[in-house]
Amino acid sequence: MSRYFIDRFSRRIVFIFGMVAFLILVFIAVFILKESLPALKEVGVVNFLFGTKWYPSHDAFGILTMVAGSVITALLALVIAVPLALGCAILLAEVAPPRIRNIIRPAVELLVGIPSVVYGLVGMIVLCPVIARLSGTGSGSSILAAAIVLAIMVLPTITSISEDSLRAVPIQYKEGALALGATRWQAIHHVLLPVARSGITAAIILGTGRAIGETMAMIMVIGNSPIFPTSIFQPARTLTGNIAVEITAATGIHESTLFATGLVLLTLVMLINSAGLLAYRRRA
Amino acid sequence: MIGLSPKLTQKLAWGFVWLAGIIAVLTLVFIIGYVLAKGLSAISPEFLFTEPKGGLSGEGGISSCIVATLWLIIITMAILIPLGIGAAIYLAEYAPDNKFTRLVRYSVELLAGVPSIVFGLFGFAIFVLALHFNYSILAGALTLVCLLLPFLMRSAEEAIRATPQSQREASLALGATKWQTVVHVIMPAAMPGIITGIILCVGGAVAESACLYVTMGGSAGMPSSFLSGGRTLAVHVFYLAMETNALDKALATGAVLIILILIINLSTKWLSQRFQAKMSGET
Repeated sequence: MSRYFIDRFSRRIVFIFGMVAFLILVFIAVFILKESLPALKEVGVVNFLFGTKWYPSHDAFGILTMVAGSVITALLALVIAVPLALGCAILLAEVAPPRIRNIIRPAVELLVGIPSVVYGLVGMIVLCPVIARLSGTGSGSSILAAAIVLAIMVLPTITSISEDSLRAVPIQYKEGALALGATRWQAIHHVLLPVARSGITAAIILGTGRAIGETMAMIMVIGNSPIFPTSIFQPARTLTGNIAVEITAATGIHESTLFATGLVLLTLVMLINSAGLLAYRRRA
Repeated sequence: MIGLSPKLTQKLAWGFVWLAGIIAVLTLVFIIGYVLAKGLSAISPEFLFTEPKGGLSGEGGISSCIVATLWLIIITMAILIPLGIGAAIYLAEYAPDNKFTRLVRYSVELLAGVPSIVFGLFGFAIFVLALHFNYSILAGALTLVCLLLPFLMRSAEEAIRATPQSQREASLALGATKWQTVVHVIMPAAMPGIITGIILCVGGAVAESACLYVTMGGSAGMPSSFLSGGRTLAVHVFYLAMETNALDKALATGAVLIILILIINLSTKWLSQRFQAKMSGET
């Protein structure tokens, strides 16, 4: 075999490898759509999306309860995580001396690597009893517990992208503000944050995508009852939990409705992440 | 902020950002400290080398979970490493700059955001059911390859792009083919970055649970081959926490997981520092 033959052969192989990720994405979309069709036909798209009753044994398949569970939990998690993450990002990018930064940044990065089941476990053992005492009823498995666990899990994502966008602001902007007599905080508040806005927006949106997709930790602390959320102290169920808890035991139309749940989840996350990627490209 | 002097506002803002940083660090210290403090004492050779017995009391150890995790990592990496590096070579060195390549890149970014449980559904439909691998370590590994591929591609491509253009040109000028340049010049230079990416993917495989929960079946017995079902350490934590009273064993297994993640994290730090030292020392 001549080296020219190997050269041409390798070129084809790496081309095929390069296409695999694209093909996986297409396959995922096609397979999940195909498996959902029986459910969407039988139950009806409107009944499926806007039904609030989920009793598989009585052929009631409405997932609005789980959509609400996912969205409300994720939004509450953002309310907790965004101020903390922005504070951390400003601290790391502008305020902390390098010595302190070198402690905080690896700590925040390590939060990403910790398995989701460990967060769920600590949430179950430590957080849920506290919430049970606060609310006075139940085991503490609730939307609030899920949102707090989720907030910790998305904190590093939002912090690191926001910090990058703050650092990407040209130093002249800040120097200009400081030269005009602004305090450092005024420079951050009125110059750096507005300029880094689209990067920070991207960070928050990508964090939301991660929050909606989290599964095991949510199952462990949210209680998994398909009850329409009316209070943050109530148990609920997320779209992800709905799939994981039921898929291995489901058959027939019930199985198909779980694929349709996956389709809704995938569509939701794709829309969120596309918006996030768009904002990320527009950043300063 | 009317009525507050700029100096006072700044003091308040500084107070807030420091508080945020302290909360983040304390949360991490608390989670790791809690799991290690409660879990380490239950880790013994007996715990590591006996099989879980199942049942409500969660008797037994974690030997079969360690074996299943190792099997899973070996098969996943055997497929993922050539695939991910090959794909990264294509995108970094061969892909023309056109609409199609941009579409491929965009799909890699979107794939990186697909939730684990959706990969699980896909793996369940295609590997477990359609291809008849049943609930098995193989089905879990193939699902995991799909999930980790975009991350390995991203870090490998970044490492390949970071090699100096002058080295490519020198190799081509000496008469090497493009592929010889890739194998003998670019790969050795990009290797530390690629290895860091691979180690992070091993960390991802250790931490992952949702997509494996629905593709590996979760049987607690010792896997006899990669075609038998099993549960990884992370999935075992989930089963112990949800289906048994053995929270102490769940914490002990969690402690094993945290130690593994710490080792993985520190080794990537060590590798990249060594690499930087080497780069600044030699060139």
